[in-house]
Amino acid sequence: MSQRMGNREGRWAWRLTGFMTLLVYIFMFAPIAATVVLSFNSSMFGGFPMTGFSLQWYGKLLGNEQVLAAFRTSLWIALMTAVVTTAIGIVSAFALTRFEFPGKQALSTLVILPALVPETILGVGLLVLIKAVDQPRTLMLLVLGHILLAVPYVVLVAQARMVGIRRVYEEAALSLGASRFSTFREVTLPLLIPAVVAGALLAFTISFDNTSASLFWRPAGVETMPTQILSMLKISISPEINALGTVMIVMTVGIPLIGGLILQSLTKLRKRREPKEEF
Amino acid sequence: MPDTLQSTQTPRPVPAGADLSGNRATQPAVEFRDVEIAYGKFVAVRDFSLAIAKGSFVTLLGPSGCGKTTILRSIAGLVDITKGRISIGGRRVDDVPIYKRNIGLVFQSYALFPHKNVFDNVAFGLKYRNVSKAEIARKVGRALEMVRLPGSEKKLPSQLSGGQQQRIALARAIVFEPEVLLLDEPLSALDANMREEMRVEIKKIQRETGITAIFVTHDQEEALSMSDRIVVMNAGSIEQIGTPEEVYDTPATAFVADFLGKANMLAGKVSASTGTTATISLAAGQSATVVSPRPLAVGDAVTVVVRPQKLSVGKEQTSNHLSGRVLSTSYLGGSVIYEIDIGGGTMVRCHTAINGKPAREGEVIDLGFECDGCVLLDANGRRIS
Repeated sequence: MSQRMGNREGRWAWRLTGFMTLLVYIFMFAPIAATVVLSFNSSMFGGFPMTGFSLQWYGKLLGNEQVLAAFRTSLWIALMTAVVTTAIGIVSAFALTRFEFPGKQALSTLVILPALVPETILGVGLLVLIKAVDQPRTLMLLVLGHILLAVPYVVLVAQARMVGIRRVYEEAALSLGASRFSTFREVTLPLLIPAVVAGALLAFTISFDNTSASLFWRPAGVETMPTQILSMLKISISPEINALGTVMIVMTVGIPLIGGLILQSLTKLRKRREPKEEF
Repeated sequence: MPDTLQSTQTPRPVPAGADLSGNRATQPAVEFRDVEIAYGKFVAVRDFSLAIAKGSFVTLLGPSGCGKTTILRSIAGLVDITKGRISIGGRRVDDVPIYKRNIGLVFQSYALFPHKNVFDNVAFGLKYRNVSKAEIARKVGRALEMVRLPGSEKKLPSQLSGGQQQRIALARAIVFEPEVLLLDEPLSALDANMREEMRVEIKKIQRETGITAIFVTHDQEEALSMSDRIVVMNAGSIEQIGTPEEVYDTPATAFVADFLGKANMLAGKVSASTGTTATISLAAGQSATVVSPRPLAVGDAVTVVVRPQKLSVGKEQTSNHLSGRVLSTSYLGGSVIYEIDIGGGTMVRCHTAINGKPAREGEVIDLGFECDGCVLLDANGRRIS
């Protein structure tokens, strides 16, 4: 009897949970959906109601030299950040999981710290620093800044994977005569590939959509995609911005998604067939 | 063969560099001298001295945490020793990194490289030994034949069963003809049937190749069935070194007697002693006369160690008699194991062939054992010799 009561209560609890979840999702995705939907609006004004379907704002984007330059800049910075950050992340994750040394705990915390400091503070901090050493703001500085922002995340991802790689693989390779470097190249790195890919994508995304820190660090006259959007917003709310926003969304969501799919199909290929029965 | 207590050997403690190769004058394949291994303040292994003859199959046997795996890893170079020295083939290896030690290592978890196929796994060790491509292919092919998995070169480890993976791991460890093959509980991840099959297989391959093998296990059956020599370890020290027969029939300590085959330990006091026999009044109330290697002082506390298989049921013509109530009966088809309360809070196990109907729980039965069917331990748990 009491069980049936419990079941009824349980059902209502589930309904409520489901409803709340739905609300949360609507809250999270409605603004994104609005941007995407409005980017196809034919109206001159970047708001509802829709007056018709059109791709004209995307066409306009392609003709906008400033936007294209910002896109190229962002792409280049993101790629550089991804490559360098992944390399740093892999090496530090390896060191932090496989070796014992004094101050390891402190170092581990220090690597993660930039992720905990508010981005604006980091932005101002780096700016103050380069003023102090009397250096100009260059594109290279912007890349370095983005690396600073992305390293903690990539280290975390690589470290999580590294912990999962059992030490016996490396011990087996060493016992078979492979030097420590050969062991890393032949065994550890291939097993780390999922983390390498995930880390690179993460770094790319972090760099590509970074706004506040980039505002501090960019050299005069250089715009990245997010700063370009900001400066366009200062002039007017044009539907072109909705189109640009949609492109940003597609890039930052789509690239990790595609990466994940590629990775998944790779591992599937490896485990294509189930183990056969005992001989 | 009746075991005579007088003929037992293996003194304790083992002298430094004890030569286990018997009368062979060749250099030992692996030698430990006064090795100590400590992790910080915790001493995992102490005063470990052992010489392992070339071509022999030696098992390190003991409960988990006894230091057996630590010893194995120290040969491989995966653990640093804090005192003493280790030599492989006469070459001192304390400072030689693992990848220059030329050892074959087989892990409990197989540790096949999951991203490489069988061929690349087995060929891995050869790649670092200046072997030509054609020669690598030939050797890998031969090694796979040896482990009875020819033609599996293109498969990935995930496509193989546990037993198959362990065979490949074995092939990978022996293909480059290492000086010594180290096996770290290689069978414990396999199911029971596969385990027995692999036991025979490993032993056969070791014989064929003549490789020196050091095998670590906590399973006494594996140790007894595979080894030329068994090193029984407990709490970081050697308890006994000997052939399987020696350690089983004449355990040097109470620990060995208990760990190998759960021997019955009958506590008692010496009530009479001649030069060759001693009469013990047991704590359980009975008295037993057993062969004693030397005269014992009357009143000394001793323990009579009797294997469950040496206890017989019924009023037979054995020299010693016990009786007690059956606590449990485990029927095993061909034989039966009884747990019997013989009084004084003493429980004994009896493993015997079935003669007629097995006794039921609660029944009172007679037991007996021969005067030379047991071993005497002194008050410190050491064998009296």
